[in-house]
Amino acid sequence: MTTLTARKLAPRRFGQFFGRTIQRIATHIILILYTALAVFPVILVILNSFKARQAIFRNPYALPTAETFSFIGYETVFSRGNFPLYFFNSLVITMGTLVLIMVLGAMVAFALTEYKFRGNTILGLYFSLGIMIPIRLGTVSLLRLIVDLGLINTHIGLILVYTASGLPLAVFVLSNFMRQVPSDLKDAARVDGASEYRIFLLVLPLVRPALGTVLIFNMIPVWNDLWFPLILAPAESVKTVTLGAQTFLGQFLNDWNAVLASLTLSMIPIVLLYILFSRQLIRGLTAGAIK
Amino acid sequence: MRVLARGPRRKFPTHIIVFLAPAFLIYTVFMVYPLFDSLRLSLFAPDPESPQEETFVGFQNYQTLLTSEFSGPRVQGALQNNVRFFAIHMLVQNPIALLLATLLAGVARRTGAIYRTLIFTPTVLSFVLVGFIWSIILNPIWGIADDVLGLVGLDAAPWMGLPESALNTLGLISVWQFVGIPMMLFLVAIIGIPEEVIEAARVDGATSWGVFWRIKFPLILPTVGVVSVLTFVGNFNAFDLVYTMQGALAGPNFSTDLLGTLFYRTFFGFQLTPPSPTMGAAVAGIMFMIILTGVVVYLLGIQARLRQYEF
Repeated sequence: MTTLTARKLAPRRFGQFFGRTIQRIATHIILILYTALAVFPVILVILNSFKARQAIFRNPYALPTAETFSFIGYETVFSRGNFPLYFFNSLVITMGTLVLIMVLGAMVAFALTEYKFRGNTILGLYFSLGIMIPIRLGTVSLLRLIVDLGLINTHIGLILVYTASGLPLAVFVLSNFMRQVPSDLKDAARVDGASEYRIFLLVLPLVRPALGTVLIFNMIPVWNDLWFPLILAPAESVKTVTLGAQTFLGQFLNDWNAVLASLTLSMIPIVLLYILFSRQLIRGLTAGAIK
Repeated sequence: MRVLARGPRRKFPTHIIVFLAPAFLIYTVFMVYPLFDSLRLSLFAPDPESPQEETFVGFQNYQTLLTSEFSGPRVQGALQNNVRFFAIHMLVQNPIALLLATLLAGVARRTGAIYRTLIFTPTVLSFVLVGFIWSIILNPIWGIADDVLGLVGLDAAPWMGLPESALNTLGLISVWQFVGIPMMLFLVAIIGIPEEVIEAARVDGATSWGVFWRIKFPLILPTVGVVSVLTFVGNFNAFDLVYTMQGALAGPNFSTDLLGTLFYRTFFGFQLTPPSPTMGAAVAGIMFMIILTGVVVYLLGIQARLRQYEF
C-alpha cells in the first residue's frame, strides 16, 4: 500500500499529467451528456404538466411562470380518471406481494440451509427452476386457473401470481445470506430451549440486507407490470396505476394537459420510492455479485 | 443439517413442513403448473364436433403456426423482429452500459452516485410511461425531437409511423429505459477488481485502453455472460412497450411485431381472427423453447467456461 501511494506521488511528466486531465474532463462530458439524455424527457414531461396548453407548445423548455402556470391537466385527471383508486390498488398488490415473497421466501431459504432432510437438494433445484423462465409463458393456463378459482379481477389473484414468480429469486438470494449466519448463535438459542420458529425469527434480522435486495428487485417490476393486470384484473375497481394510466392515456390522447399530468402523477410515487431505496438497490446488486 | 444429528431425539420434522409448505404450494400452483399445463394445452385443439371439449392433436398447432399461409409469415416476422430487437440491445445497450460503468468507476464516489442515480431513473418507470413519454417527445406536433436533432443539424421524421424505422426506434427507446441495469451490473463487477491488479498493469506501462481490454474486460466476462442472458430472456419475452406505443397489432404493417405481441393476439384474437387459447399456448411454447435454449446455452456453455476467471 505504502509503495503504491509513493508511486502515485512520484513526479509525473507533464504530458502524462495533461493526458490524465483531458481524460477526466472527457469522462465528465460523456457522463453529463448521457445523464441529460436520461432525465431530459422525464423533466420535460413534469415541467410541462404544470403549464397551460398554449405554453406547452409555444415554449416547452421554459419553467412555468405565474402567467403560464396551470393545474388544468390535473383537474381533468382527477375529475375524469380514478387515479386515487388506482394508486390504492397498486399499493395493495405491491405490498401484499412483497410481504409474501419476503416472509415465505425467507422461510424456504431457512429450511433449505438449516436442515438436512431427504429431498433438500431437489427442492432447492425445483425452486431455482423459476429464476430464468418468465411466468408469462404460462398465461393461457394461468388465466383458466384464476377464472376457475374465482380470483379474476381480485387483488389476491395478482398477488398470488406475482408471489409465485418472485419466490425463486428470493429463495436463491436469501439462501446465500442464510448460509453465512454463524451456527453458534442458533445452537446457543437451541440450548436455551428456543423452538425452531423462534430461531427463524432470530435469524431474520441478520439477513436484512438480503431482504432489502428482494424487496427492491420485486417492487419495481410488480408496480410497473402491464401484462397481468391487463389479463387477470382489467376491471375498473381493481385497476393498477400502470393499467389505469394506459387506458386513461389512450382515451385522452389529444388532451395534452391531461396526458402530461397523468404521466407525472403515475411517475412520482415510483421515482420517490426509487430515490428512497436506491442505496439498497446498489447494496443488493453488490451483494448479489459477491455471492 | 447438523441439527438433526445433534438433536436430542428424532421426531417428525413438522417445522420443516411448516417452513416449506406455503411457498411450495403457491409456487407450484401459480407458476410451475401453469407453465407445464400451458405446454400441454399447446398440443390440444377444440374438438370440431363439440367446441367446448379439447382433444389431443399432437404438434398440429405448431405445424399450423409455422407453415400456414396466414400465420406462417407472422411467426417468421415476429421472430425476425425479435432477433433484431435483441441485436439492438446487445450492440447498443450493453456497450453503452459498459462504457458508462467504466467511466463511473473512475470518478469520485459522491459524483458517481449522482450520475448513477439519474441514469438509472428511466429504468424504474413502467413501459407505459416510457412509451407515452417518447410518443409525445417524438410527436411532430410538439416538435421536441426536431428541436433536439436540429442542434446537430438533423431532421426528425415520423419514425414510429414508418415500417422501416419503427422497430429500430422502439429498440432504442427500450435501450434508453434499460441501460441502467447492465450499467449497474458492470459497475459492480469493475469495482470488484482488486486495485493492485490494475495498478500493477499501469506500473508496467499499460495505457487506460490496454488496462481495460487486457485486464478489466476479461475479469468481468462472467458479468458479460449474465447481462447477455438477462437481455436475451427479457427481449424474447417483451410485450409492454410495443403494446403501449403501437397497440396489439404492432404496426405499421406488423413491423414492430414481437413474439410477445403475437402471443397476445393469438390468445385473445384480433380483427377477424377469433381468440384461440390453444394456438396461443403454442406461441408461448415456441417462446418457451427459445428462452430455454438461451438459458441452457448460457448455463452449460458460457457460465461453465467462465468459472475459471473468477477469483
